Amino acid sequence: MELAAKFNARKILMIQVINYGMGNIGSIKNMLKKIGVDSQLINKAEELDPSNSIILPGVGAFDNAMRRLNESGFSARLQELATGGTPLLGICLGMQLLGDASEEGSLEGLKLIPGKSRKFVLEADHKIPHMGWNKVINSNSGLFQDLEESKFYFVHSYHFVPEKGDYILGETNYGIKFVSSINNANVYGAQFHPEKSHKYGMQLLKNFCAIK
Amino acid sequence: MISYRVIPVLLLSEGGLVKTEKFKKPVYVGDPINAIRIFNDKEVDELVFLDIDASKENRGPDFTLLEQIASECFMPLGYGGGITTLDQVKRIYSTGIEKVILNSVVFDKPKLLEDAAAEAGSQSVVVSIDYKKALFGKTKVYSHAKRKTPNMSVLEFAKEMEARGAGELILNSVDQDGLMNGYDVDMIAAISEELTIPVVACGGAGGIDHLIEAVKKGKASAVAAGSMFVFHGPHKAVLINYPSQEKLSTIFS
Repeated sequence: MELAAKFNARKILMIQVINYGMGNIGSIKNMLKKIGVDSQLINKAEELDPSNSIILPGVGAFDNAMRRLNESGFSARLQELATGGTPLLGICLGMQLLGDASEEGSLEGLKLIPGKSRKFVLEADHKIPHMGWNKVINSNSGLFQDLEESKFYFVHSYHFVPEKGDYILGETNYGIKFVSSINNANVYGAQFHPEKSHKYGMQLLKNFCAIK
Repeated sequence: MISYRVIPVLLLSEGGLVKTEKFKKPVYVGDPINAIRIFNDKEVDELVFLDIDASKENRGPDFTLLEQIASECFMPLGYGGGITTLDQVKRIYSTGIEKVILNSVVFDKPKLLEDAAAEAGSQSVVVSIDYKKALFGKTKVYSHAKRKTPNMSVLEFAKEMEARGAGELILNSVDQDGLMNGYDVDMIAAISEELTIPVVACGGAGGIDHLIEAVKKGKASAVAAGSMFVFHGPHKAVLINYPSQEKLSTIFS
């Protein structure tokens, strides 16, 4: 079934948003409400319900985020649930955390999508962070269904380099072409901020909510 | 693709929106929530809200209003006005506003800037610098809240803000505010060339040509404006407006 039809017929009304002190929790909640999806802020790993999809937000430094996820037990629980089939979407730093590691830190990532985040190396006319609206190209499937345009808001200094092309869901040009969305089975990543990207982000989140 | 953000700056005063001239003569231009709905429809790049009363009245942000604003905004959003503590900064982030804008507080509490950047990363902390020509043509940092301003040039101050962790700088010319006859391009260029963080031009925009000038000649990373997006026509009739996405996609190329 098409995702749009699935969204309209959906049985899941609840998205779990991981609250570990790193990310735009408020804006994700606001946008989910706007598209008619309830969200629950999850403060403890044991509160996670395998039957509801999960969003892992993230703003800030890689090691800081991983440390919090590890110490709170979220890392192990997320790995368990994602491997068990629960849809998981990592946003911005949350996407980079899905990988094996990052040049920004020394801790291991969640290792749900093989790959590593690297610092942008760009010509001088491209400021870092990459901040502003940009297009996601080569993205005709999955999360990007039914989008009039794939236009999203980005803020980041590191970008994800997957181990295999199979994990690429979308790419973006900013001086270089980099991977802006990834996917491995039920695990998804968006380098941009759908919760800050008008109707394009709304549609993407609707698609994610319909995936299960 | 390099994108240049075009950002309406909306001034909050007594619960409504106003627009000033040279930081004076506030004129009521409407209701914030109504304006947001229009800017949502126009798919605005980003919005900035500044509470111009808070610091003057020595009070903190109006969180009830900020929650209403954030719940309607589905684009990047910055807020400034009356922020003096890290707790306020955290509370602003938790409402769904991802950029805090610090202004007069950094004159004597620059540590708040460092703490906010450590908390959420530099990209979430913006410093806005208001500046004005003083006697003998010297340009000085200006304080709307009548605080003691730093004894250094605008450039030196901008560099210090960058060094302390600001992720972005809004450079606002008091002399150009509300005049709609163009940005202070020389100053924008002088600051942009010396800084690595994005500089947002503000003060004086009256039309698309001014936006282009700030980017091409001023090397601004983003352009902000008030009057241009809330007034229409020679008599400045209040009309919330924003260039079409089609138009915006062509003007900077």
